[in-house]
Amino acid sequence: MIELRNQILATAAALLVFSMLGAALLSGTFHATRPAIERSERDAKMKLIAQTLPAGGFDNDPVRDELPLPVEPLLGLKLPGQAYVAKRHGQPVAVVLEAAAPDGYAGEIRFLIGVRSDGTVSGVRVTGHRETPGLGDYIEIGKSAWIRGFDGKSLGNPQPVEWKVRKDGGRFDYMAGATITPRAMVKAVRKALEYFQAHQSELLATPAKE
Amino acid sequence: MSPETREIIVNGLWTQNPGIVQLLGLCPLLAISSNVVNALSLGLATTLVMAVASGSVALVRGFIPHAARIPLFVLIIAALVTVVELLMHAYVLALYIVLGVFLPLITTNCIVLARVEAFASKRSTLHSVLDAVMMGLGLTLVLVVLGALREIIGKGTLLSGLDLAFGPAAKAWVIHVIPDFQGLLLAVLPPGAFIGLGLIIAARNWLITMKERRARVDSPLGQAA
Repeated sequence: MIELRNQILATAAALLVFSMLGAALLSGTFHATRPAIERSERDAKMKLIAQTLPAGGFDNDPVRDELPLPVEPLLGLKLPGQAYVAKRHGQPVAVVLEAAAPDGYAGEIRFLIGVRSDGTVSGVRVTGHRETPGLGDYIEIGKSAWIRGFDGKSLGNPQPVEWKVRKDGGRFDYMAGATITPRAMVKAVRKALEYFQAHQSELLATPAKE
Repeated sequence: MSPETREIIVNGLWTQNPGIVQLLGLCPLLAISSNVVNALSLGLATTLVMAVASGSVALVRGFIPHAARIPLFVLIIAALVTVVELLMHAYVLALYIVLGVFLPLITTNCIVLARVEAFASKRSTLHSVLDAVMMGLGLTLVLVVLGALREIIGKGTLLSGLDLAFGPAAKAWVIHVIPDFQGLLLAVLPPGAFIGLGLIIAARNWLITMKERRARVDSPLGQAA
């Protein structure tokens, strides 16, 4: 009996000691790497945001000037998102919206869209998707320049009926064999612009308290 | 080199290769081997975890009660994997994003636990580390061969995505094996991984059969028969 009890106690003690050692190791590494992780995440985000904004057209850090975006059908967001405001001499010049196309070929396509204060697109970049590799993934800037086709477009250019891929009688290119992906993107970009138009005053409000 | 050391090396790289003989840890092997850089990164991360896990288990093997050994092994492996994950998240973010869920999944890669349980819990620390490194390199080797095969056929390049680990300058190091090749999509998709792995296993078996046949012909017994 005593032998069995000792055995159980030894096992429990070993589990306890190793768990504590493991926890100490993890919390140590976590605290040691946290600043570096935050820095590299911010750099990566900043790089992507900067690509959707006119180069050199702003002088603030848009990641610091962020606004919350609600769950909004026009933006395709299932969770509250973020908007990043680019400013020049303290005046908002453009805003980058987080948005998503819910109806891609393989689920959601998440992207960032930069809109200048005059309502024209300054850039669109896809941040996450599950489209077929080699077929639908030409929406990535690393794979093709297709996504640049949105640059300079606005709700009036092309006309609303032409905010479609060429196959559907619109003005946007597509690649044969993968039309669902660009169709979803064109629709989502148009809707994001509609959101911008409806909420322009809030998004580009000049900060009163600063 | 002692015969034991030699045996450990040959076992890991060839005789008991985890990728093509033991067929352990196939899930990440098939999923991440769509190009050389991804394959090599996951292979080396797994090797690192295996070496540290086997080394630490061998060090403390005297203190591990038999009844609780599996949970303790898993605890040690999971803690080490998380440390590697945090380090990669901090210092090679792009690679961390590419490897995605397969990085934390190294914990559940059965080859890690298999070597700890079958080898490190019974043998000396030095031999355990060597065994883990050789098994890890054996797996990495298969990953890289499969990755190269799929990348050449699927995209016509080698080493694409090297810039994820070494910065934009590495973009120039990408080798375009077949210029202006659009690629065979099948090779990059999951079925390509299965077909590729099957071919590699077949090639290994063919090599062994050829060697045996030659040995039989060369031996005096074989000639008599």
